[in-house]
Amino acid sequence: MSSTQTATVLYDTPGPRARTRYAAFGVLGGLGIAGLLWWIYSALDRTGQFDPALWDVFQYTAVQQRIVDGMLATLRAFGLAALFSLALGALLAAGRLSDHRWLSAPTTAVVEFFRAMPLLIMIFALYQAVFAAQPFWGLVIGLTLYNGSVQAEIIRTGILALPRGQGEAAYALGMRKSQVMLLILVPQAVRSMLPAMIGQLVVTLKDTSLGYIITYPELLYAGKLIASNSPGYPYIPMILVITPIYIGMCLALTALAKWLEARGRRGANRRTPDAA
Amino acid sequence: MGILFEDGNFSTFYHGFLQTIALSALSALFALLLGGALAAFRVSPVPVLRVFGTTWVTIFRNTPLTLLMLTAVFALPRLDIHFSTFTFAVIALSVYTSAFVCEVLRAGINTVPLGQAEAARSLGMGFGQTLGLVVLPQAGRTVLPPLSSVFIALPRNSAVAGAFSNAELFSVQKVFDEKGYPIFMTFFWIALAYLAISFTISGAFRVLEKQLAVAR
Repeated sequence: MSSTQTATVLYDTPGPRARTRYAAFGVLGGLGIAGLLWWIYSALDRTGQFDPALWDVFQYTAVQQRIVDGMLATLRAFGLAALFSLALGALLAAGRLSDHRWLSAPTTAVVEFFRAMPLLIMIFALYQAVFAAQPFWGLVIGLTLYNGSVQAEIIRTGILALPRGQGEAAYALGMRKSQVMLLILVPQAVRSMLPAMIGQLVVTLKDTSLGYIITYPELLYAGKLIASNSPGYPYIPMILVITPIYIGMCLALTALAKWLEARGRRGANRRTPDAA
Repeated sequence: MGILFEDGNFSTFYHGFLQTIALSALSALFALLLGGALAAFRVSPVPVLRVFGTTWVTIFRNTPLTLLMLTAVFALPRLDIHFSTFTFAVIALSVYTSAFVCEVLRAGINTVPLGQAEAARSLGMGFGQTLGLVVLPQAGRTVLPPLSSVFIALPRNSAVAGAFSNAELFSVQKVFDEKGYPIFMTFFWIALAYLAISFTISGAFRVLEKQLAVAR
């Protein structure tokens, strides 16, 4: 049996009666979904959401430009936050794994604190207290603190999951702890945890939309501005335009993670062949 | 630090705290029901339902919660759907969280040993019975740790509702800020409230894990 095994183990290969039953459920389910879609369509239609006048705004180049600008602003905040959070994550992970209690204990507290706090509350506090004039930095630093803590945990679990012999062999060669970490353990851990780290980057990307609340002009903010300033307030057309952009960006990152995972399985897990 | 005990601030704070808890608890309940149903769809023998489950998860896992909240608060009323902001927040949060619950449960279903499902089938159980009586109860127990992180994230996510004029802990921060209190003092109390909620949930899950551990 192949990888579809887990999906099929829950039921036998259907006989004639089961096939009819499944077909009946399929028709029922299809009807239910069709009904749901019809209900959504008719609600949209009844309230005049397909009125071309509502969609006209998206023909203006100024509006299109604003959406592209919003997307670029989103990507700018995401890129910087991704970079910073990975760096902070590596630092915090190193701190938590330190042999010195005076270093590992406070690092643990910092990581736990920033993981437990709602990101929005942190971003808003940073914005109000320090970055009232630069919401960009409020957003980026908030994202960095939260996602950096999560990345730290991912990297730390990756290091702890490595075979003990890796570290022991490095110590036996006379390396210092910092060398063991930097040259031996971290590169291997990052490699095995890459999919999880990129998964967290998807979260970072989605969370850039919190910038909307502190008036950072990212994609969602641009959309809201377009919708509230255009005749007829085309909120729903705006959402129908913007949601696929977000989903597309996230799926692209997820695809990258999947590709890296497949590549990693092919290359990184090569085991040393049995000695003689 | 004493700002909580001046000027009627405590009742504002207390009200926000209760709202955060009510919002999280209701959303958690609906997300669990919805996520369970979606997970069942995704492993069912009926292709239409599988496709529906997959589409749902793809859409709602990759859409920012802020966008969903904005959709609920600004777009649904344009379709003549009118609820309180609290109800809108519950809808957005449960729809968002259900996708994550579904994925966690599906991963759990894959960890149940094949023999369990085979034994159930050889006893003559159908898909519904195999899934509902044998596989899901075991899967539910093994996924308690990842499920706990989903449900610890939920109250944190609920802060977004505060930005869409639902009165909970985030909007308490806004109110105190407008009253001119130093932001970090307010932040201290709000942080304390969220830490208390987080630790309560993770503690509860730890107790559950101990009680329900599957012996294999």
